[in-house]
Amino acid sequence: MTEQRNTHSDRGRIRVTGFDADRVREREPISDWTDEAGDEAVGRWHRGLQRFVRNRSAMGAVVIVVLMSLAAIFARPIEMFGFVIQPLALAPYEPTTILYLQDPTISTYDPPSWDHPMGVDGSGRDLYSRVLVGGRYSISIGFIVVGLTASFGLIYGAISGYYGGNVDEVMMRIVDTIFAFPGLILALIIVAILGGGYWQLVLAFSLFGWAGYGRLVRGEVLKIKESEYVLAAKALGARDLSVVFRHIAPNAMPPLIVLASLNIGTVVIGVAALGFLGLGMDPGTAEWGTMLDETRETLIQGPDGRIPWWATVYPGGAIFLFVMSMNMIGDGINDALDAQQTGVGRGGEE
Amino acid sequence: MSLRRFILKRILSLIPIMFGVSVITFGLFHLTPGDPVSQLVALNPDVSPAEEEQLRRRWGLSGPVWEQYLTWVSNVLVGDFGQELRTGREVSGIIATRLPETIALGLFGWVFALVIAIPTGIYAAVKKDQLGDTVSRFIALSGISIPNFWLGLMLILIFSLYLGLFPVLAPSRLPLYHPEMLWYLILPGITIGTAAAASIMRVMRTSMAEELNKEYVTAARAKGLPERQVILKHVLRNSLISVVTLAATLTAGIVAGSVVVEVVFNWPGLGYEFINAINQREINIVMAITLFTGLFVILANLAADIIYAILDPRIRYD
Repeated sequence: MTEQRNTHSDRGRIRVTGFDADRVREREPISDWTDEAGDEAVGRWHRGLQRFVRNRSAMGAVVIVVLMSLAAIFARPIEMFGFVIQPLALAPYEPTTILYLQDPTISTYDPPSWDHPMGVDGSGRDLYSRVLVGGRYSISIGFIVVGLTASFGLIYGAISGYYGGNVDEVMMRIVDTIFAFPGLILALIIVAILGGGYWQLVLAFSLFGWAGYGRLVRGEVLKIKESEYVLAAKALGARDLSVVFRHIAPNAMPPLIVLASLNIGTVVIGVAALGFLGLGMDPGTAEWGTMLDETRETLIQGPDGRIPWWATVYPGGAIFLFVMSMNMIGDGINDALDAQQTGVGRGGEE
Repeated sequence: MSLRRFILKRILSLIPIMFGVSVITFGLFHLTPGDPVSQLVALNPDVSPAEEEQLRRRWGLSGPVWEQYLTWVSNVLVGDFGQELRTGREVSGIIATRLPETIALGLFGWVFALVIAIPTGIYAAVKKDQLGDTVSRFIALSGISIPNFWLGLMLILIFSLYLGLFPVLAPSRLPLYHPEMLWYLILPGITIGTAAAASIMRVMRTSMAEELNKEYVTAARAKGLPERQVILKHVLRNSLISVVTLAATLTAGIVAGSVVVEVVFNWPGLGYEFINAINQREINIVMAITLFTGLFVILANLAADIIYAILDPRIRYD
């Protein structure tokens, strides 16, 4: 470096001596360097997204989840307040239509055929239509519950970790207490108290489901709290709330997102398990778990001694496929965001 | 901190949690519309209000909430969970007959999980990023994702109905210690243990792969130790620690799983009783089992912490 640049316009800038990207005039034509690219810093989210898109199994899982969600939405027309807001119908029958009333050639537990690709269930309803529509309940409950619990857990954990001391002590004892009960048991009791139904299920899984996020976020906040940029923000006079929600919370997001994506599958299985135990949606609803409950008795003894395997295999297979895809997405996000240091992706808490 | 002090400190820290568990259990059921007495009254409309009041006092359901809570807790502390409403049997007696069935199932599930997961986890870590690793990772992911009730139904479908290897239901309930019962335990045991096996496999793989990169492994290899001994004696021991930290979570999962799996296989344990009690509104039984679940998970956590502190003394100084 022989000549000094004007230091006034570059104050505070870190310079690498010996190589100055600004001074290179000739570049390899194959490098896709542009003037803008030199100034652009690639953010964590952007880099994570690039890595995620390159992960083939995770992208495959995204396709499956999107297809299954679309299939659930477009399975039958949706009507709201008397207006048809979604007119398409991928499923050939209403999930509640009893087929043998219209077509006497159809009987209960007809095996899969061209007209009924997944067979007919024990009440003479088309299983393919029911499996498609069944996604509406489990999938939407899964996303709603995770949205609610993750948001609340984020706030709870951020407050607990940031204030520390006695506040933290009490808040974490509450979380420990909730952790003493398996989530499914708590959900079972709440549904037993409130009765089954869509919003009751949402409440059952949300009421205590935030504890895991709370504990995770608190741990992250404790780590971040010590970092210099938080100290700098405080030194500049930022208020507590602004430090927590502008500086700490965004940096605690990656592990939270990983946990949330893995939890969607857990909630979907939980909803189906309650349905299977006869405590979820009303009997007869085309919900995956409830459908399995209805065929459980006849699995062993179908009509004419045949085993109606299709009534068990397809609804359960749908749950399995969805949850598996969700977990693959969760693993993919974990790899992409480098959140594995927190241990979330390794199957549980830290 | 000595091990004894560590254990003592951990046990003391359980007291507020135990209190919280009892409050949640009591609170959830206290919020339930219709306490046991109003149910009894509904069954028998001839009960006069004075008699109802008398009943309430007998069941400890009169007075302010905190008084009811104290009555309940002091009864529970001496092992009195009240009676079953319809038959008047002691709830503690029902639990005593059901508990061994669930413990047998859970133990079988745990043993199955460890036997399957530890060797596969080692294999996957050693063959990292090769075909065998990819396959076992896929299987582990399936094991986490499969709903246990569906797995149970599929096992019945394949092994009982098509292959006829197992009876769908045990033909007669033999006593639990009868050797033949082991055969009937296999399908429910596998069902309940699969999720735990899959989680352990994933943790084993990650932690072993991490350990294999550490310097003491290079040192052991440089010393000329056979690879087998390096892995089984040095690496395995260190990676098992991370399995211990997972053990409490998995035990909670097995407890929750027992509810579903016992219903699938008609296994007469606590979980089966729990669902029955919920359907028949036997509040005393539901409360007792809920409380038991909470205490059991707390104790499992304590046990895991103590084992962890023995295996890895550094934790005691945190």
